[in-house]
Amino acid sequence: MHKFLIRSFVSSLVLLFTLTVAAVAKDVKAAFVYIGPTGDHGWTYQHDVGRKAVEAAGFKTTYVEGVPESADAERVLRQLANSGHDIIFTTSFGYMNPTNKVAKEFPNVKFEHATGYKREHPNVATYAARFYEGRTILGTIAGTMTKSNVIGYVASFPIPEVIRGINSFTLAAQKVNPNIKTKIVWAFTWYDPGKEAEAAKALIDQGADVIAQHTDSTAIVQMAEKAGVYAFGQASDMDKFAPKAVLTSVENNWGPYYVDRVKAVANGTWNQKDTWHGIGDGMVVISGLDSQMPSDLQAKVKKLQADLASGKVHSFTGPIYDQKGNLMVAEGKTADDGMLAGMMTYVKGVEGDIPK
Amino acid sequence: MIKIVKRDQPSKAIFFFTPVLAIFLTLIAGGIIFYILGFKPFEALKFFFIVPIADKYGFSELLLKATPLCLIAIGLSFCFKSNNWNIGAEGQLTFGAIVSGGVALLFYDQEGFYILPIVILAGAIGGMIYASIPAILKTYFNTNEILVSLMLVYVSKLILDYLVVGPWSNPEGFNFPETRQFSDSARLPLLFEGLRIHAGIFLALAAVVISWFVFYKTYLGFQMKVSGFSLKTAKYAGYKGKKMIILVFLISGACAGLAGVGEITGPIGQLHREVSPDYGFTAIIVAFLGRLHPVGIIFASLVVAITYLGAETAQIFMQIPKYTGQVFQGMILFFLLASDYLLFFKFKLIGSKK
Repeated sequence: MHKFLIRSFVSSLVLLFTLTVAAVAKDVKAAFVYIGPTGDHGWTYQHDVGRKAVEAAGFKTTYVEGVPESADAERVLRQLANSGHDIIFTTSFGYMNPTNKVAKEFPNVKFEHATGYKREHPNVATYAARFYEGRTILGTIAGTMTKSNVIGYVASFPIPEVIRGINSFTLAAQKVNPNIKTKIVWAFTWYDPGKEAEAAKALIDQGADVIAQHTDSTAIVQMAEKAGVYAFGQASDMDKFAPKAVLTSVENNWGPYYVDRVKAVANGTWNQKDTWHGIGDGMVVISGLDSQMPSDLQAKVKKLQADLASGKVHSFTGPIYDQKGNLMVAEGKTADDGMLAGMMTYVKGVEGDIPK
Repeated sequence: MIKIVKRDQPSKAIFFFTPVLAIFLTLIAGGIIFYILGFKPFEALKFFFIVPIADKYGFSELLLKATPLCLIAIGLSFCFKSNNWNIGAEGQLTFGAIVSGGVALLFYDQEGFYILPIVILAGAIGGMIYASIPAILKTYFNTNEILVSLMLVYVSKLILDYLVVGPWSNPEGFNFPETRQFSDSARLPLLFEGLRIHAGIFLALAAVVISWFVFYKTYLGFQMKVSGFSLKTAKYAGYKGKKMIILVFLISGACAGLAGVGEITGPIGQLHREVSPDYGFTAIIVAFLGRLHPVGIIFASLVVAITYLGAETAQIFMQIPKYTGQVFQGMILFFLLASDYLLFFKFKLIGSKK
């Protein structure tokens, strides 16, 4: 409680300070580049919610939606940098090289690239969220709620971000239920309702009674609703799309970070950095828990959430073994960020091979 | 009273006038749509069609965008003129990009004047190989080239996905789905300092000149025209139909493959999952808007290219949804097909007395 009081006191001081400074600072304009349409759920929608938070904080914003990761991205970025924007958020991995290229030409404009690793110029920062922490929560719920002990997982592309999610989910599920197996279907898409629904159906046919997803559409939770199995929402709270199936969702919450960074530009305190925030910093948010979950599970989840936030619990705590039984993380140790960033092996308990 | 009468012969003047009419109608309909959406129509149209190309940089971006569209559409016009419905230029582009990208990656740490020509040639060959599949299946197994070429688009994108995620992914790239950057020797030279317009535009212009020559000055062009009007006549005249089908597909595939080369060795500089924002499909609109005529295709590619740029500018400055660009492309094609009615029919004013 002590800590909390001090923290809130300090943060309100900081807030007061920033508000005063922001009032005298010049008008800062922020721009956002989106891979898809803003829509009503999913990856781009959540970024746009973040943009609206920036607007609410008193800054002007611009966005361009549906910008392909082809040669077009560079032109859009250059045009935004040229038209009086002070900070530009590029919200998809494929914008990495164009972002760095344009940043070189506009040293006075700040660039923020989501999910990338290249910061070639002092005016390029990167940011991402520790979604795997959310998946630890989902795994705990899935391991408890399953009756068939088969959990389905619709994955997008075999990259570390997705493998890490599968592993974190499976480890958490095993902890509460050592008998579970995670079956993966690769959809090879981030957004394709048809393919995602098919993948979910295939998993349900193989006996999965809880389905997790690392793709963006609502097709999977809707398929789960129809089949009478459980599912989890991705990126946005998907409860309204499948009220019976969705137990909870992991929400991407970019608003606080965006407001922070735009204010930093206004204050002249913006600096280059690599941000990787999780539940603790509020970038990953767990939606409301469904009433179908027993109350002891709900309490457990709440506690786990608090422990992940405080750092008391880490999603990847040893001993962790890979599929062949080789030790990945020793007992009592946790996986470091380098290992997490390059994670390309399944942990024990995940079925099948990573597509090569 | 106005009466609709069938023309004895399709009007040649109308043939070249209807694309202009279609663009005009698109502008009017676009203005109405902007008005309904709550934007000032003239201001919106200004941001859509004038602001993006008002300066040197903007104009160079227009040419950059039009280059692949023009190149692919020229290739497609060989197919369409001779009644071969190649819908899969996007796949041929992708496969051309894969082959040339693969060659460029072989030389990733080398410099040398010989690299770029090999990379370009590889792209053309890649496109030809990919286009030969629907062509051979059509000639020898009577399959429908529309379906085969279209389905192969998705196959090519999956192959590209596989390569950039797996074996060709950048070893220093943390397993992200992209290859290494190509060496400078594998990149098309830029024409002006600070602009992205590259030497690929000469490939497109060469294609325009060659196609004009083939269409209007050679026996092959004449054969294509006859086959386009009537396959039976072509057969009766003793033309070797199969050979021609394969030839036009190869030309078309080579052009699409070169467009792919232009993208990856021009502005992009590496392979990743999205080398083309569906240029291969948009080029179909370009080919028809240009009336399958080389010069017409140049103008059409510029018109369609500007709908892309305009959509971006309109969203940045007026918050108009960027997807209106696609609405404009759709409207152009719609009005073009609709105004083709005038090719075969005319309105006749019938007075009170004869």
